[in-house]
Parts: sequence; structure tokens; C-alpha cells
Amino acid sequence: MRTSTRGSRRLMALAAVAALTTGLLAGCAEDSDDGSSNSDGGSGGGKTTLTIGTFGVFGYKQAGLYDEYMKINPDITIKENVTTRTDVYWPKTLTRLQAGSGTDDLQAIEIGNVAEAVQTQADKFVDLGKEVDKSQWLDWKTAQATTKDGKTIGLGTDIGPMAICYRKDLFEAAGLETDRVKLAEQWKGDWSKYVDVGKEYMKKAPKGTKFVDSASSVYNAALGGEDQRYYDADGNVIWDKSTGVKKAWDASMEVATSNMSAKLKQFDKPWDQAFANAGFATVACPAWMIGYIQEKSGDSGKGKWDVAAAPTAANWGGAFVGVPTASKHQKEAIALAKWLTAPEQQAKVFAKQASFPSTPSAYANLKPQADTTAFFSDAPITQIFSDSAKTIPTQIFGVKDQPINTAISDIGILQVEQKGKTPDQGWDAATKEIKDVLGQ
Amino acid sequence: MTSSKQALARSASSADAAPGSQPGAARRAHGRGTPPPGPGSWRSRLYRWDMKASPYAFISPFFLFFGAFGLVPLLYTAWYSLHNVQLSNLDQQTWVGLDNYQNLMSSDFFWNALQNTFTIGVISTVPQLIMAIGIAHLLNYKLRGSTVWRVVMLTPYATSVAAATLVFVLLYSWDGGMINWLLGFVGVDPINWRESTWGSQFAVSSIVIWRWTGYNALIYLAAMQAIPADLYESAALDGAGRWQQFRHVTIPMLRPTILFTVVVSTIGATQLFGEPLLFGGVSGSKGGSGHDYQTLGLYMYDQGWIIGNLGKASAIAWTMFLILLIVAAINLLITRRLRKSQ
Repeated sequence: MRTSTRGSRRLMALAAVAALTTGLLAGCAEDSDDGSSNSDGGSGGGKTTLTIGTFGVFGYKQAGLYDEYMKINPDITIKENVTTRTDVYWPKTLTRLQAGSGTDDLQAIEIGNVAEAVQTQADKFVDLGKEVDKSQWLDWKTAQATTKDGKTIGLGTDIGPMAICYRKDLFEAAGLETDRVKLAEQWKGDWSKYVDVGKEYMKKAPKGTKFVDSASSVYNAALGGEDQRYYDADGNVIWDKSTGVKKAWDASMEVATSNMSAKLKQFDKPWDQAFANAGFATVACPAWMIGYIQEKSGDSGKGKWDVAAAPTAANWGGAFVGVPTASKHQKEAIALAKWLTAPEQQAKVFAKQASFPSTPSAYANLKPQADTTAFFSDAPITQIFSDSAKTIPTQIFGVKDQPINTAISDIGILQVEQKGKTPDQGWDAATKEIKDVLGQ
Repeated sequence: MTSSKQALARSASSADAAPGSQPGAARRAHGRGTPPPGPGSWRSRLYRWDMKASPYAFISPFFLFFGAFGLVPLLYTAWYSLHNVQLSNLDQQTWVGLDNYQNLMSSDFFWNALQNTFTIGVISTVPQLIMAIGIAHLLNYKLRGSTVWRVVMLTPYATSVAAATLVFVLLYSWDGGMINWLLGFVGVDPINWRESTWGSQFAVSSIVIWRWTGYNALIYLAAMQAIPADLYESAALDGAGRWQQFRHVTIPMLRPTILFTVVVSTIGATQLFGEPLLFGGVSGSKGGSGHDYQTLGLYMYDQGWIIGNLGKASAIAWTMFLILLIVAAINLLITRRLRKSQ
């Protein structure tokens, strides 16, 4: 019954090895950013180390911008601290800003957080408005990062002008129009027309496919084209009275209560998989999603995707780069921020990553990568996104924009879409959640 | 059994008595050189001081670290929980007394999280420990390549929560996931594992079970190997079969170990966080659209770091702490009961 002593000694050794391995694995699993990396700045052979804190894939590294800058400025070393998830990145950044230490020399700010930064952290950022010619940027972009008394805390990086990406092959199989111009004509002006195309699609849909990835993507896309979101210009919460929210909600409810949605959650693994397996025929695609679709669909999607103009000109996403006053190398950091967000560099990021510039002067000579164009059936991507970008309405963001948006899309809409609740029940659930968010 | 216990007690009491009753012998035994010349001299005072203070100095690092990284944050959290503190404005703290706690008590989300923590805790801990005992019992047999089996058992524990959960998310994905695909063969409609109350709680529990069963099995195995073989021999002589031996020898002898694993697992279950967070994907801190698997840990994270209400999050932290104290007290009571009944 009992094993030998040798066995039990071996067991102990085994346990020790296992414990050590766990420790090592845990060490590997930790976020690779350390935040304290600017401690060595200034030293090291007269070189200045600048750190930049980003989330997700910013594309600067991918486009080779850091290397290029270091070549032009041999006394500068750039280090990027990437945090994958925005919901981890932002709270961390907030605490460091307020502690006045541990921030990077440049700090990226997501559009959903920029209002909070402007309204609560403005004194923690350098006024970049004085350093640049603000007219280079789209007006509404700069306005979002500017305080009431005119301080600009961040320079615009990319924006998310909207289009619809669709699978030409699936559309053809369902007997629908496949020409991007005629298609755009069909749903022009109203998201409910887009839903109508979806109903047509579902009548003859190829087996196992749906028209759209999720109802909340329709919501976010539609809301991005409305000038009224969750807050008014004075910073009051108006989400339950907002006409924009109402319109976007109604459009998404049409999707959620029909069978045209693949009921996926964006940026989840199954969503990624559905790109590879052609699980849905269309997705509302802001410019930054172009690269994502190409990567996740892989070779199987090549030449099958196409891009058409969205029902309304809309913006979804985008970011800013700010310089915290806690930075020890403010002068150098400002110079880098200016350089990174200048039109030429934004054009380079577009060429690599398809993140769309927020500086209109770059639009004339944007060059998407050859294989991106081929992937999307030679669609005039640049043209479609520029047209959208120029007519995007100015949107007002508020302090709790992000959590309110999460409450509506991930609670309210998801309950209707996946739990079979009625739109009214979904709205009530979102209301309850938002009241919790706002502490009411 | 009784004799060994008495012997243990005797040796323990003699160890206790040694320094007091036979000071000289104890000192010599410690081997600290020649004993000091007189009772009042400087050297003897220093020596006595050394004897008294050194042990405290040796154990002090733990308490200093505990103070800095355990006690101070704990008290600071208590202080926070009585204030309105926002993540975006840490410097401005307004005193609100017990408002945060009152707010919690009247919050549906809090009670829901508490209930989820309890149910997920039960459906993950109970099967996990039962399976662990069974597996340990099997591993305790003489097996070919026993080390291999033990390594295999411990592998899940060595994987990171993130990696394991991501794989489970794919397995459980409602459209195209392997589990629904398998269920399809036996004619069961696809289950939405993430957006149904029982489905999601089962899915989260299965990740916990998968990761921790082997770990507990190994603890049980270690305890089983410490059971004297003669107990089994005498049981066998009395005609007890394998199952009877397991019930009447193994289980009673494992009782303290079982209690230990129950306590550790309960604490783990109360603090369950990583698995449901990652299982939920992008907005994981909500625990699904209906808060179906939002545990107390997730609720605290959501309040503190997503919504930014650090005061309320601190109140949740302290409530969790109190719940753990209650759990510990119940456990103590049961342990005492068991000891008396033995």
C-alpha cells in the first residue's frame, strides 16, 4: 500500500520543482512594464532615455518610428512600456499621475478617458497647445484634449473614421449587391437601412454565417456619428435623454432582436476566431480595425473582404499623447510628442498599421500597404476614410464616458442579444448599472 | 495511538520546562561559550539581554514586512472606506462615515456578488476536494511510473491562471466551442456558457477545479504516506477490504489535513478573482451581462478600478475581510468539536 521512502523523497523534490516552476511562470505572466524605467534616464554616456506608456498596439514601434527618431537624435533612447488592456492601463496611469512619480515621459490617453484627464488631471500635464500649430489637427480632435481655459494636455494621434467592412464572397452567395459604391448607396444616411440589408442577407445566408458580429458594434458605430452622447457641453450627464443614444440604441435593438447577429463580444478570442472562419459578413470598421481584420482573418480572407462607406460619418476610438509634468525630461519629451504626432509620422503609422491620421494635411498622400489593399479587394480605403473623417460631428465626451458605454453595450445590449430579454428590460438593466457607476 | 500521544506530550512539557527549571544546563546546552562569571556583571547582563532579544530580532523581518505591506494597507483601507475617494482625485477625501457600508448593504450588486461567491465556492470546492482524495488514494497504490502520474497531477497547478482561462474560454465559447460541439453529438442544444447563470458558474468552477485538484491531491498524498503501515496491516488482519480500510483508516487519519485543505480552499474561493475576470473577456469585471459570475473580488475591482470609486471598493474589501474572519471562526468551532469527539 505505501510507497517506499525513496518515492516520498522524490515526491518532495518534485513538489519543490513544481513550486519553483510556478514561481517562474507567475513571473513570466506578469505585465512587462515596470514604470520605474526612467530612473536611469539622463545617465548612461550622456544619453537621455525617454519612456512612452501605451496600451494595445500603437503602431509606433511597428512603423519603425522609434528607431528613426533615435537615428536623427543620437542622444535619445526611447523605451515603450506597453500595457495590453486599457482597463488596466488607465487606472494605473491615474494613480501615478497623482502620485507625481512613476509616470512615463510620454503617456498615451484613450479617447474614452480624455475627458476625465482634461477635467481632473489637467494640472498634471504640460500644455502642449503652446508648442504646436493646433490648426494642423482636426478641430474636434484638439477640442477634446483642451480644457475650458485653453490648455491642451495631449496631441492627437489617430482617429477612428467609420466604414463597413464586408465579405464580398458571402454577399454574393446570399444574392446581394457586392459593389461597394452601390452598397453604400443602399444604406446611406441611416443605420436602420443597414439593418434592412441584413434582413435581406439572412433570407439566403450561407450556412453558419450571420450578417453582423454583434449588436453592440452597431451601437458603437451608430453612436459615433451622433453629436450628442452621454454628456452635454456643460459636463452634465444626459445619457437617458440623449437623442444620439436613443437612435443608436434603437438600431442595435433591431439587430439584437433579430437573428442576424453572431452574438459575439468584440476583442474576445471567439470573435477573433470568427474572422478566421468567416462567421459573419459585415463589421462596422473604424480605420484601426482594418489591420485587425487582416491579421485575424489571415490568408483565407485575402481578396474576399471589401470596404464600403458607412451609413453615417462617424468616429470610433482614437488616442492622444501627453507629457506629464512629472517627466524629468520635459523638453525632450515634448519634442518627441510633437514629432510622433506630426502629419508625416501619422502617415507612416497609417502605411504600416492603417491607424488613421488626425491631421488632415496628411490625407493627400496616404499610402496603405500593398497587401492591405489587395486584402480588401483594392478598395480605395484612404478615400473612404478621409471622406468620413472630414464630416465627423464634434462629440462631447464626459468624465465617466467609458463606464457608461460599457454599461450600455456590455450589460444592456448583451442581455437582449444573448439572454433573450426585451429591449425595455435591457434598458432597465443598463440604467441600474449606470446609476451604480454614477453613485446615484 | 495513545502511547505516542503521551510521549509527545511528555517531550513537549520537558522542552517547555527546560530553560526555567535547569537554567545552567540549558545555557551549557546552548553552547554559548563559558557561562558569565557573576550574576550582576556587565557581561552577564549583556548575555541575558542577548538571550531575550535575539529571538525577537530574528523573527522581526517578517513582522516588519507584514507591518509595511499587510497591516498599514489594511488600516489605510479601513480609513478609505469611511471616505468618499475617487480614483481621479486621490487627494480630496471627504468624510462620509458609514455611508459606503450602508450603500453596500442596499446594493443589489453586492448581495448578488456575495451569493455568487458562495455558490461558485461550493460547486468548485466540494467536488475538487472529493476528487482530490480519490486521486490521492489511487496514487498511493504501488504504480508503475508513479512519479509521472504525480507530475501530471501537478501540471495544471503550474500553469498560469491567464493561460488556463483563455483555453477554457475557447472550449466554452457558445458558437464553435468544443464543449457545445460535443454536446451536439448527444443532441443537446448549445448552451450559452457565458451568459446563463448556472452555465457560467459551472464553467468558472470547472477552471478552478481543473487547476487545484492536483494540488490538493498531492497534499492528501503526502498525508496518506505519513499514515503508519501497521494500521493498514492490522485492519487487513481484521478482514477489512480496501474500501473499508479507506473509510475507517485513511479518512479518520486524514481529518486534520482535510480540515486544512477546506480552510485554504474556502479562503481561495472567497477571494476568487482571476478566473472569472478573464473568463468574462473584455468587460470581465462585471461578471457577465447579468452579473452572473461577478464575485466579491470582481465587484471590488469593478468599483475601485473601473468605476473609480475607491471608498466603496475599500468598504467591500473590509466586508470581505470580516466574512473571512467569520469563516475562520466557524472553522475553529468545527475543529474543536472534532477534536473533542475524537
